[in-house]
Parts: sequence; C-alpha cells; structure tokens
Amino acid sequence: MSKSHIELTINGKKVEALVEPRTLLIHFLREEQNITGPHIGCDTGHCGACTVEMDDMSVKSCMTFAVQADGANITTIEGMANPDGTLTALQEGFREMHGLQCGFCTPGMITRAHRLLLENPDPNEDEIRNGIAGNLCRCTGYVNIVRAIQYAAEKMKESPVQEAAE
Amino acid sequence: MIPGSFDYHRPVSVDEAVGLMGKLGDDALLLAGGHSLIPMMKLRMASPEHLVDLSAIDSLKGIEEIDDTIILRAMTTQHELIASDLITDKLPIIQETSLVIADPQIRYKGTFGGNVANGDPGNDMPAVMQCLDAKLELTGPDGKRQVAARDFYQGAYDTLREDEEILTSVHIPVPSSGHGYAYEKLKRKVGDYATAAAAVVITMSGDKCTSASIGLTNVGDTPLWAKEAGEILNGSSLDNATIDKAVSAAEAITDPASDMRGPAEYRTKMAGMMMRRALERAQSRAKG
Ligand SMILES: Cc1cc2nc3c(=O)[nH]c(=O)nc-3n(C[C@H](O)[C@H](O)[C@H](O)COP(=O)(O)OP(=O)(O)OC[C@H]3O[C@@H](n4cnc5c(N)ncnc54)[C@H](O)[C@@H]3O)c2cc1C
Ligand code: FES
Ligand code: FES
Repeated sequence: MSKSHIELTINGKKVEALVEPRTLLIHFLREEQNITGPHIGCDTGHCGACTVEMDDMSVKSCMTFAVQADGANITTIEGMANPDGTLTALQEGFREMHGLQCGFCTPGMITRAHRLLLENPDPNEDEIRNGIAGNLCRCTGYVNIVRAIQYAAEKMKESPVQEAAE
Repeated sequence: MIPGSFDYHRPVSVDEAVGLMGKLGDDALLLAGGHSLIPMMKLRMASPEHLVDLSAIDSLKGIEEIDDTIILRAMTTQHELIASDLITDKLPIIQETSLVIADPQIRYKGTFGGNVANGDPGNDMPAVMQCLDAKLELTGPDGKRQVAARDFYQGAYDTLREDEEILTSVHIPVPSSGHGYAYEKLKRKVGDYATAAAAVVITMSGDKCTSASIGLTNVGDTPLWAKEAGEILNGSSLDNATIDKAVSAAEAITDPASDMRGPAEYRTKMAGMMMRRALERAQSRAKG
C-alpha cells in the first residue's frame, strides 16, 4: 500500500506530509503534528471532542482520513485565540460563565461554537443547543456552556468584527 | 480503532472514477463523506484495498430544477440541503429529514448520495426518496441508467447498483405547490438511527385527500414504500376509520429486528405511530 503526499494548512501554517491513507485526521494531528487540543473521546463520531474546523465546516476528525484533508485549511483549538494571543469572546465566555469543568470536551465545544456563531451570530437558546448537539459533555449539564456561547454572542454584538473598526 | 490499509485515489471526473472502479474491481469502494464507510472500516466490517474518493469531482455537486424535476447531485452534503432555498421552497420534506440526520458535524461532510446509496436500512433518505418516487441515476462503464428508488433496495447493504457504478444524481418530481409533508422520526438521542420513522406526502382538495405516499425507515431490511396504505388514504377525507386502516396496512409490511432500539412488535407499532403523526402534520400543512 502506498503512502499519499498531502499538503494542508493547519492553524495558519503550511504542512506537507507523507501519510498512510488509513491515518485518521485526529491521529495525524495528535501524533504526527503534536497538536493535542482535539481529543479522542469516543472514536465513533458521537462525542465531538475531536471537532476541528476544516474549510468552513465543523468536522469530526476521528471520522475523517488525513488524505481527505489534502488541500484543506484546518483550525484547531490551538489556532482559535486572537492573533495577539488574547482570548476571543468565545474563549472568554467559557472562562467567565464556567463553561467547563474537567475541560475534556472544551476544545471541541469551542471549535464547534466558533462556526455556529459565524453562521448564526445571534442564536436563541434552542439554536445553540441544536448547534452543539454533536458535542457531548459529561460534566457541566450544558447550562453553562449555553451561557458561555450567549456571552460570546452578546459581546460580539457590542464590538462586532474588529476589521470593521479599522 | 484503525481501519485496514488501502490505496487512496482522488479522480476529478466521473469518467475517471468509473474507469478506476472498473480497473480495480471488487477490491475498491467509493468514498463520499465517509461517515458511514469509515465506521464500517474501523470495525473491519469493510476492508477495501482501494478507496476512490468522489470529493474532487465538481460535476457531482449541486442542486438544480429542470422541468419540474429537482436534480440533486450525489456529493451535495446534508448541510447544503438544509441551507438550500430551492429545497426549502420545493421539497421541504428533504430539509426536515436532513435536520434529523445525525448532528451538525456529520451533516457538513455526510453526503446525500452516500446516504441514498449506502443501503443501510437505518439511513433516513431512502424512505423519503421512495415516498417522493425519486429516480436514481447510476453511471457505469456502459453509460447512464435510471432506477426507481422504490426498486433500488434489495436487502441490507444490497442494492441494484453494480460495484463499478456511481450514483451520480437523484431526480425527484416536484410535488404540487400546496402539498402537505412530514418526516417523523423516533430516536433515542441526537445522532441515533431511527427506532422507526415515516415520511408522508399528501395532496388535498378541500377535505378530500387526492394523493398519499408513505415511506418507512428502519423497520425492515430495506426502506419500505407503503403502497397499500397510500391507496387506502387516497380519495378519503382522512377520517379516523380510514387512517386506522391505512396504519394497519403500513404496519403489516414492516419486519423490524428486535435490538437495542426495542422489540420488533414495539418498533412496528412505532412505525404506525410515526405514520399517524406525520400524516397529521402533513394534513395541517396541505393547502388546496
Ligand atoms: C454518529 C453518526 C450518526 C449518524 N446518524 C445518522 C442518522 O441518524 N441517519 C442517517 O441517515 N445517517 C446517519 N449517519 C450516517 C451519515 O448520514 C452518513 O454520512 C451517510 O449515511 C453516508 O454518507 P457519506 O457521504 O458519509 O457516505 P460514505 O460513508 O462515504 O459512503 C457510504 C457508502 O455508500 C457508498 N457511496 C457513497 N457515495 C456513493 C455514490 N455517489 N455512488 C455509489 N456509492 C456511493 C460508499 O461506497 C459506501 O459504501 C450517521 C453517522 C454517524 C457517524
Ligand atoms: S472522538 Fe470523534 S466524535 Fe468522539
Ligand atoms: S467539562 Fe468535562 S466533559 Fe465537558
């Protein structure tokens, strides 16, 4: 079986690699790129802990081969903060509203909520809950996760996108 | 869980993909979103030596309307179906169904064609395709052919598609503008396959039902088109006695397995219940 050459962008950085086609994206990220933010919770596509942003989609990286990401632009929790290293409104929301306990689900939650807010900047509670339906949390009971996302939506309304102000 | 080894191919045209499938033979499988196939490969229930990825074939993407037929190309994702104005407008049952398939992440990658072609009785789109009398366009070495969704499914993971054929698109006649529709799915949790589900499309003229089509999900080895149930409803005023009779006719064709979703008798009754609820909602939406 031959290896495949892939080129992709991960958190803004160009990456080239030779991979066995059967390598799952989550294993490629964690074991070959040392990007350990995305977690493996269930390995069956249910829990969402492995969620990454891939070309404007939230994707479960345990259900995707690295070769399928050839040419793609990938952002993980490691690439979520503002360019100057400060926390985004969403990350701040999780801290302020206690949106995590053990934190295992958090990288997936934040990555997923990031796309949810891009697609729907003013979601109601139902839309938030449906939007994160593919992410399981065994600790919080979700109430504070919903609040964290609401916090971010509110804050982003006050000071919308930074480029606009410049 | 790590799948077995395989070689990866990413053709850029349908011809190239068909050529590869012909050349590689039995050892090759098509890869769309991968969200049914990769789980099977992890469990080693599928161990292809080659995967032919359809994702770079532009002609397999998109939705269009031609002469009162909606043409849904195979690599359109479930997410795109939900976002499509044309689908919202002309085939809202497809949008309603897409929203109860899996979860947001799976729907970004999972494709419509993969869902229809897969042959897992748990998939939600096939019964909806039967309900809508869709035609599946298959492209193989000898060109294109069409197969009715109502004929396509032969058993679990057994369809009329030949190994080297690709499901390129699905052609769906647009139901009349005042039609009523609903897809009702009983599931244990988000992302679960149906315990039982029913797709209903009806047209009404005043109080009279002028057509009715019903599809059932996951209560047999294949999706089921409840032909007789539809015929019973057609021409009636959807009175309780007629509905009871039609529901019994639909329940009679089910043959579910007893599994972790419940004993067979329960799932049959739930198929009837989903049909009742879908019918009620379809009727409330029907105009005319
Ligand atoms: C956690 C989870 C929950 C899910 N819940 C549901 C659910 O509730 N309801 C539901 O319906 N589905 C569910 N699914 C399955 C999901 O919707 C799949 O995406 C879908 O069934 C298959 O689409 P795919 O594009 O991922 O196909 P793939 O997995 O790539 O392919 C599936 C099969 O179809 C074949 N195939 C794919 N495309 C074509 C084509 N164009 N022509 C011929 N053959 C083709 C492949 O060779 C393969 O055998 C779930 C999946 C997961 C992981
Ligand atoms: S590890 Fe991917 S969904 Fe759970
Ligand atoms: S905080 Fe522990 S799983 Fe969510």
